[in-house]
Amino acid sequence: MSPVTEASGTDGSLVTVRDLRFLRGDKIIFDNVSMDIPRGKITAIMGPSGTGKTTLLRLIAGQLRPHEGEITVDGQRIHHLERAQLFELRKRMGMLFQSGALFTELSVFDNVAFPLREHTRLSETMIRILVLMKLQAVGLRGAHRLMPAELSGGMARRVALARAIALDPMMIMYDEPFVGQDPIAMGMVLNLIRLLNDALGLTSIVVSHDINETAQIADRIYLIADGRVVEHGSPAVLRDSESPWTRQFVHGLPDGPVPFHYPGPPYREDLLAGS
Amino acid sequence: MRFHRVLVATLVEIFASIGRRGLRFFPLLILRLGRGSLLLFRILAGLPRACLRPGLVVKQIHGLGVLSLPIIAVSGVFVGMVLGLQGYINLVDYGATAQLGALVALALVREMGPVISALLYAGRAGSALTAEIGLMKATEQLASMEMMAVDPFQRVLAPRFLAGLIAMPLLACIFTALGILGGWYIAVWQLGVDSGSFWSQMQASVQFVDDVVDGVLIKSLVFGFVANWIAVFEGYDCLPTSEGISRATTRTVVNTSLTVLALDFVLTALMFGGN
Amino acid sequence: MSGSRKLEFTVGLFVAIALLAFFVLAMRVSDMSGLAEGDSYTVQARFQNVGGLYVRAPVTMAGVRVGRVSAIELDPDTFEAVVSMALDRRYPLPTDTSASILTAGIVGEQYIGLEPGGMDEYLNEGSEIVLTQSALVLERLIGRFLTSLNE
Repeated sequence: MSPVTEASGTDGSLVTVRDLRFLRGDKIIFDNVSMDIPRGKITAIMGPSGTGKTTLLRLIAGQLRPHEGEITVDGQRIHHLERAQLFELRKRMGMLFQSGALFTELSVFDNVAFPLREHTRLSETMIRILVLMKLQAVGLRGAHRLMPAELSGGMARRVALARAIALDPMMIMYDEPFVGQDPIAMGMVLNLIRLLNDALGLTSIVVSHDINETAQIADRIYLIADGRVVEHGSPAVLRDSESPWTRQFVHGLPDGPVPFHYPGPPYREDLLAGS
Repeated sequence: MRFHRVLVATLVEIFASIGRRGLRFFPLLILRLGRGSLLLFRILAGLPRACLRPGLVVKQIHGLGVLSLPIIAVSGVFVGMVLGLQGYINLVDYGATAQLGALVALALVREMGPVISALLYAGRAGSALTAEIGLMKATEQLASMEMMAVDPFQRVLAPRFLAGLIAMPLLACIFTALGILGGWYIAVWQLGVDSGSFWSQMQASVQFVDDVVDGVLIKSLVFGFVANWIAVFEGYDCLPTSEGISRATTRTVVNTSLTVLALDFVLTALMFGGN
Repeated sequence: MSGSRKLEFTVGLFVAIALLAFFVLAMRVSDMSGLAEGDSYTVQARFQNVGGLYVRAPVTMAGVRVGRVSAIELDPDTFEAVVSMALDRRYPLPTDTSASILTAGIVGEQYIGLEPGGMDEYLNEGSEIVLTQSALVLERLIGRFLTSLNE
């Protein structure tokens, strides 16, 4: 399936992935995957659990090296960068981990202040203002004295989000942001992702398997299965697709290209084999 | 007849499995040594930067050293008292109780002080260090730090290693001094040994460079290097699950204890064997 | 942030206690309060047999420790033992002082005992004590005793 190319490729796309091939041991995780992540929009990468969606985020961030293929972020081929340049680029990328990954021995305030203190020489007064602003954006300014252990899962993720935007990055990657949330928290996260993306001019990449939630905010969706891009397009395109893979995933059908039954011998034979 | 065959088969299987495990053990050990050495180089590389952030190191000295003080101090006193008591029991038959001070001091300064405090350190501080780092790995705190373009080796691992390296000889000194005081208390106050001969025979027998520096200082520095290296490595290398962390802390205590005891033999032979 | 102030204080206290412990070990436990380099001068003596004498064994006069054995070597020409002693400068000794290797108690450690002579000149750095008495070797004593019994 050929990737969508807009104009001259890197113009409209912040991240381009070309012919990516990645293996873990003998298992092929990605086989000839190509995608374009458009600037300023929310792109979702979806697929059944275990297809390596988190691995893709790590490849984009340069934490893992592809076996073949190219990944370009903001015009720079990320795996050809020197360590110092890679770190510079990472300052402009934010990532929200599934569990939030807050530093447990620091307070909420210190967590959000961390990237500011490490990478800038701003005064503590300036930092305080910035931290409170970021916390205000996610609705947790009043909680800045709490410790991560005192936060609920949803609150922890919002603090992590505030931390991810602390340095005003150009893009944010969300790793399974909807997992295990109650509907209210889910609604808050959805709202925030869309709001921040538009208000701050970010490019967002959301990795998820929650089709209903993601379809509400994504501008473009890439559906990955068996290490390949199965389908891509706007949520409407996916909903109306005739492809069996897409249909099974989008509509949550129990059986289809992803089989219900784990492979095994025929039923009758297995039952009668006992004697 | 059947039982006999089963018994032989079972014994053969037991020996075969021991052999198999033994064969697997050595390549695994070499692999771990390799990973451990690479980790050590990265920590050493991160040390200069860690020295520029003394606040981080001081905080870790508190966690590893100050919080180990109670167990070190109490154990030191008890070990000293036992040495005093046992020494008295064995010397009194030869009328040589005047040598008790020398006996207690030499035993503590040359062996018991550095070795026992290293073993206690492994149990209290080493395991805590492994658990902390393992937990940071499991909750993706280390990965998120990398994503924020902060090198976890400089920020997290090197300061802890350095702090532990500083704390170990300090604890050994305290253990040894308290041990001698404990021995003095038992000998002079409880068993009636003459205080004057206790101290003067001790001073005549314990040499500063050959015993105190070699024994307490150098041995505890070597043990501290090894104990902290193993603790940090096991934490960093563990499986990021709760079971993985608990296995790693056990391994830290066991491996540190074995290594310290083995190294003690080598150091003793080198330092004190010449006579 | 008084929390970090308190932390620094406890760490400082910890380090201070450890240094104190180290000084106790250095000063009260070990022999560091003994002779420093400047206070001593080296003197030599030759013996036929040093027995169980060891380096750092005490050198005494009238039972008072006046120095330590600093080296024990073998003269390759005369096959005598050459013992070097570091003596305290506070106690000048006449040049005809004699040195004997004695045993503390019956089965104790060996040390060097000095007997003063009567000369007016005193030992200096590099002097040699000429009058010496070697260690008593138990086997030779028994051998002599047995032969004298036979007579």
